[in-house]
Amino acid sequence: MRCQRMLVPVLTLVLVMVPAASAQAQGEEVPRGPTFAARALQALIDGIQFGVIIAITSVGLSLIFGTIHLINFAHGEFVTIGATFAFFLNVSPAGPGWHLIPAALAAVVFGALLGGAVERGVWRPLRARGTGLINMFIVTIGLSLLLRHVVLVLYGTRPASYAQYDIQSALDLGPAGITPRDLTVTLLSVLVLLGTAALLQKTRIGTAVRAVAANRDLAEASGIDVQRVVLFVWMLGGGLAALGGVFFGLVEIVTWDMGFKLLLLMFAGIILGGLGSAYGAMVGSLVIGIVAQMSTLWFPVDLQYAWALLVLILVLLVRPQGILGRAERVG
Amino acid sequence: MDFPAIVSDALRSGIGPIAAVYALAAMGLNLHFGYTGLLNFGQVGFMLVGGYGLAITVSTYDGPMWLGVLGGIACAIVLALLLGLPTLRLRADYLAITTIAAGETLRLFYRSSWAEPVTGGVFGLQRFANDFYALSPIEPGTYGVWLVRFSSRDLWVMIVGWALVAAVGGLLALLIHSPWGRVIRSIREDEVAARSLGKNVYAYKMQSLALGGVIGAVAGMMQAIQVQSVNPDNYDPGVTFFLYTLLVLGGAGRILGPVVGSVLFWFVLSFLDSALRQAIDAGHISPELISTSEVGAVRFALVGVALILLVAFRPQGILGSRKEMLLSGR
Repeated sequence: MRCQRMLVPVLTLVLVMVPAASAQAQGEEVPRGPTFAARALQALIDGIQFGVIIAITSVGLSLIFGTIHLINFAHGEFVTIGATFAFFLNVSPAGPGWHLIPAALAAVVFGALLGGAVERGVWRPLRARGTGLINMFIVTIGLSLLLRHVVLVLYGTRPASYAQYDIQSALDLGPAGITPRDLTVTLLSVLVLLGTAALLQKTRIGTAVRAVAANRDLAEASGIDVQRVVLFVWMLGGGLAALGGVFFGLVEIVTWDMGFKLLLLMFAGIILGGLGSAYGAMVGSLVIGIVAQMSTLWFPVDLQYAWALLVLILVLLVRPQGILGRAERVG
Repeated sequence: MDFPAIVSDALRSGIGPIAAVYALAAMGLNLHFGYTGLLNFGQVGFMLVGGYGLAITVSTYDGPMWLGVLGGIACAIVLALLLGLPTLRLRADYLAITTIAAGETLRLFYRSSWAEPVTGGVFGLQRFANDFYALSPIEPGTYGVWLVRFSSRDLWVMIVGWALVAAVGGLLALLIHSPWGRVIRSIREDEVAARSLGKNVYAYKMQSLALGGVIGAVAGMMQAIQVQSVNPDNYDPGVTFFLYTLLVLGGAGRILGPVVGSVLFWFVLSFLDSALRQAIDAGHISPELISTSEVGAVRFALVGVALILLVAFRPQGILGSRKEMLLSGR
């Protein structure tokens, strides 16, 4: 085991770094503007902002895994659908042209309904049929393909922004800056995460969710309606994913495949935090967001998502149960 | 509507080079998923390192083609070790997540501006398979019967491609019916039982992952050779999803499953594609509803629907046995 831990980083180097390193020798120098400390602070701020948005989307993914042990590969599509539905209400000439705030709220409701509909229409019947878990993973892949390309037909390939809050000047915070829009999104995201935590910790349904995640059979035997809890988790996950989509579309841009790109980061976040744990997903996603943004200090921007995978592999080697997960003996 | 043209498109695609490439890649996936029960969602990553291993050796470093083939295979083995070492000891779901993420990350690395001097970045690499076509014994021209005609180049790729499919199929059939294959299948059925009989489950899984990955890399090389170019954007995760669809369609856990699945999948897909385009051109479908540029997306969406329905209602596909395909996550 000891030598294996050494082997993986070495192999990564062989596969990725060696061709890239010879490329680097011929590559151009990174332009240097502000001091390193200022750029690091800016990257940290961007990273926190990015991390809390990933956290919003990944909490649902982790909770779904915690309750029914299904990895929802279609979760990224919930994010895209949230963002594009808000876009339809807000900007699209065919839509009603609402202000972004009601449009975002409507998108969250739509995401929650979609999550509930998918649970009632697809997963519950499949579980009743006794379809194996691995086969269900493949169904989520099919669902992801279907939803993504329905969005592509309806929305098109062109990236776009929302009508409001598009261009703003940054507030000056000494060496770094943040636009009022990004600051609001970050603060709102933190509030939503705290709200979700309170929901899980204080309310009846939240306690039930945690009970089902901890031990499904025991929860069922104690009189908890597991089907209802699972439906609630899907609706919560769908709604949060839609909200994350609107936030991401607001600070970055709306595209038809944005959710699928975020899915990689969500996976890295929930594995880092511990599969199945909602709080782990929050912490892990925050770390992933910061890693992705800080990597741009040393490495090219077009590789920033790729570092998430490196983190993922390192975590699997060193602590597969994640930061907040429990070690569990398998086999 | 020009029916002969639609049938011609569908037939050419069903037996053409692409179907051979996908059949080959799906055979590797079949070894992972159908026989060992490994949920590899990143088969496209193996195709990518195979195709790029060949292209980079020949195009960037002016090496001979045989060295490129060896390089591609070596890269696939390295990738299998890299994916397998951290995940094969863990539950199936970790492998699924890691492979899908690795496939996408490799694509990002190979297309980044950082790696551009070696991999060609977003432009990819071209014209590295001249040696392969120089070996072709077929005189230039077009060949075919009835509605189906191929150029001599495509015909040469097809012959080599389907010959590889036959050779790999024969090899897999021998392997699966050997003691090694019985252990592999017992891991799929009950990993704990296999381990309690003293089998080193981890080593067997790793061998299966590497062998299936090498088959995928060879498929990637054939794909790169066929179009004489590699481009990172041809290796998006959608390829793996296509492979799963045709594998489940043909029947996972059967030697001929990927072959039947690939031929049928490409026949139906091209038939639909061609028919949709013609129906739109002829005005049978309003361009407001679906325009010609959206046919590709509609095609993908239909593949998604087909995958859901197949897994839900006929997980054993055409050739498989239902009993073997009721896998649960372990």
